[in-house]
Amino acid sequence: MVTQARRAPLPTVGRRLQGRIMPAIGALLVALLVLWLVVNFIKTPAEFYRLFLIGVTNGAIYGLVALGYSLVYGILELINFAHGDVFMLGGMLVATMVTTFGLADDSGLVLWSMILLMLVIVMAFCAVLNTTIELVAYRRLRHAPRLAPLITAIGVSFILQNIGLVWKGPRPTSVPSILPRGTVFTIAGVPYTWDKLIVLLFTVPVLVALLLLVQRTRQGKAMRATAQDRDASAMMGINVNRTISFTFFIAGGLAGAAGLLYALYITNIRYDEGFRLGLIAFTAAVVGGIGNLPGAVLGGLVIALIESFNNGLSWATPGSDWTQSIIFAILIIILVFRPEGLLGERTPEGV
Amino acid sequence: MSSTANRRSEWRSQVSETLRFDAIRAQWRRLPRRVRGAALPTIVIALAFLYPYYRTWLPDIPIFGDVPTVDTGVTMLIYMMMAIGLNIVVGYAGLLDLGYVAFYAMGAYTAAWFASPHFENVHVHAGAIGVNPKAAGFHVSIWLVVVVAGILSAIAGILIGLPTLRLRGDYLAIVTLGFGEIMPQIARNGDNLFGTGFNLTNGAQGINPIDPPGFGATLNRWLGLPEDFLTVSNGINFFYWTALVLLLFTVFCSVRLRDSRLGRAWIAIREDETAAAAMGVPLMRTKTWAYAAGAFFGGIAGAYYAAFKSGTFPDDFFFNISVFILCMVILGGMGNVWGVLVGGGFLAYLNQEGLGNIGQEINKNLGTNIDVPLYQFGIFGVILVVMMLFRPQGLIPSERRKMEFEEGVADEPLYDVRHAPDG
Repeated sequence: MVTQARRAPLPTVGRRLQGRIMPAIGALLVALLVLWLVVNFIKTPAEFYRLFLIGVTNGAIYGLVALGYSLVYGILELINFAHGDVFMLGGMLVATMVTTFGLADDSGLVLWSMILLMLVIVMAFCAVLNTTIELVAYRRLRHAPRLAPLITAIGVSFILQNIGLVWKGPRPTSVPSILPRGTVFTIAGVPYTWDKLIVLLFTVPVLVALLLLVQRTRQGKAMRATAQDRDASAMMGINVNRTISFTFFIAGGLAGAAGLLYALYITNIRYDEGFRLGLIAFTAAVVGGIGNLPGAVLGGLVIALIESFNNGLSWATPGSDWTQSIIFAILIIILVFRPEGLLGERTPEGV
Repeated sequence: MSSTANRRSEWRSQVSETLRFDAIRAQWRRLPRRVRGAALPTIVIALAFLYPYYRTWLPDIPIFGDVPTVDTGVTMLIYMMMAIGLNIVVGYAGLLDLGYVAFYAMGAYTAAWFASPHFENVHVHAGAIGVNPKAAGFHVSIWLVVVVAGILSAIAGILIGLPTLRLRGDYLAIVTLGFGEIMPQIARNGDNLFGTGFNLTNGAQGINPIDPPGFGATLNRWLGLPEDFLTVSNGINFFYWTALVLLLFTVFCSVRLRDSRLGRAWIAIREDETAAAAMGVPLMRTKTWAYAAGAFFGGIAGAYYAAFKSGTFPDDFFFNISVFILCMVILGGMGNVWGVLVGGGFLAYLNQEGLGNIGQEINKNLGTNIDVPLYQFGIFGVILVVMMLFRPQGLIPSERRKMEFEEGVADEPLYDVRHAPDG
């Protein structure tokens, strides 16, 4: 990359803004956020715990989706708009399967093996779908101007939404509740239920496995190399096309797993849910530092906590009407003032 | 590759041999150049103006059914205006704006604020038509409101652009998408802004009625122009002609802007930001002007559409509309005004009545029962994907844009977000 050499100096006012005032504003915002949380915690601790537990659970799901954005962005520098809709179709497939198999939450071992089977099916479905999308819509545009694949991604997202709309109709599809919802433990009178724990028990191993895959395996090394410099890795004997396909495959699998968890935990899904959640997850990926895998999960947690606190707290809270706006405001602020995210490094090649 | 090119040129020469009207051509060439250049636009504009009169005599189009109604025509013209506005941002300056609907909303709500009984505590009347002189709220003449809406939208464009235009292309797209999503939410929740009880947008009900356009009693007496579009018998025709005049104004401005110093700077930035900056093009200022100009026409279109529908509702301003307008620009050909006009008109028509007609036709002939308008956004998605894959320059490309897509451009911008300037 030669960007280093041709970077033009910013105007002095801009530089001064960036240098002093912006960190100050950032610190002020964070301080206000902390103050808001602390006051609310003191006023209504039980509510705070309840929302915290909801936030952590949602955060795990957002994190899984955000990982898909991060992986793809890391390797292709493409915002894969269709990712959220792949997740949505996965959720719809789960909804269909739960109804067809006639599962209920009292079937014990059968239930768990069926959930595992569904997980495998939906992950495979989403992985193949995502790889196909890459093959059809993005591969030909690898050398086109950068906005061209972004536009096809929006197109694919619309197509998938339309498929979801035609498949399940414009109303939310409800999924029979099959996860056990008994209490695991109680903090301050707030029960922590099994379904929330199961979401975490799914997410953590997936994240660990993904990190191991990217950092320890040969394939992961190929992915990192391709992300850093496609031409050079091709010269080193890495099959770039296959590596990119593999990345999309993994990302799709993560979207499928998230779709399963979402459908079973939230118990309803709608055709435009994928787009909405996709934007939230993309924000999460940006907050954590796009391309950074632990960052994506951290970003998911942060966004989900903010969302859940904003929906439920009472003191000086804008309320659920504004949640979407707040999330986008965070996205805009992060992109404008700290585009490398919370965990991102300020290096030119940061994957 | 070369064999197809040969075949194509052979075919072309055959066609031109059989279709050579030499005598007519020679006569035509004798006319002065200015006459020749003005002929086609004059004919097209005249045909467009007379459309309400000869519409009923036109035969049905196969598959598409009836020709568009004048009502649909108004909507088509307004969408064409928006497409031309977006074309300034996306086509000329090469900045992908996924939140264009924000400016449209800004224009619509400006019309709703300044030409409706919405604000109950004020009584301001300034040339509004067809309103009880004692009615509450701002009632400014709709012609003035349209201009004000354009200016306010342009200001909104500058405000959005100033912090964000430093970002790289795809990040900019996401940020504009964010603004485009925040705008309708403000519209939906604006009936009680921040708990103060101040009703800015009347929430989900939207604001209506908006005062109708019209020329007032004086102009009616002197020039015979209609006093009030809603009360005259052929009011829809006047809506149509007004939209056409606004569109012509937009096209004129757009073409003149493209050929101006500013327009050439936009194209330079689109092709190679670094080279443009090295040649002394002020990047930020030039891009912000592109935003402001695009927003201006979006605002005008939004205000006029609100006046046409006599109301504005927050559910009209979803992301779908931004992509719909983007689709028009891409289908027609980014950067080419004429292509964008065709793309905008065609897609707006499809959206308004074309898809329904096609569905009826298909169901009638094949005995099926497909709800074609249900596939509306899937169809737009397919258009986006297919165009980008196989004809990124659009159906009617601008020569220059086509070359860029074939040869590629230096797409590595100067202010790359990943290389934060203080890092």
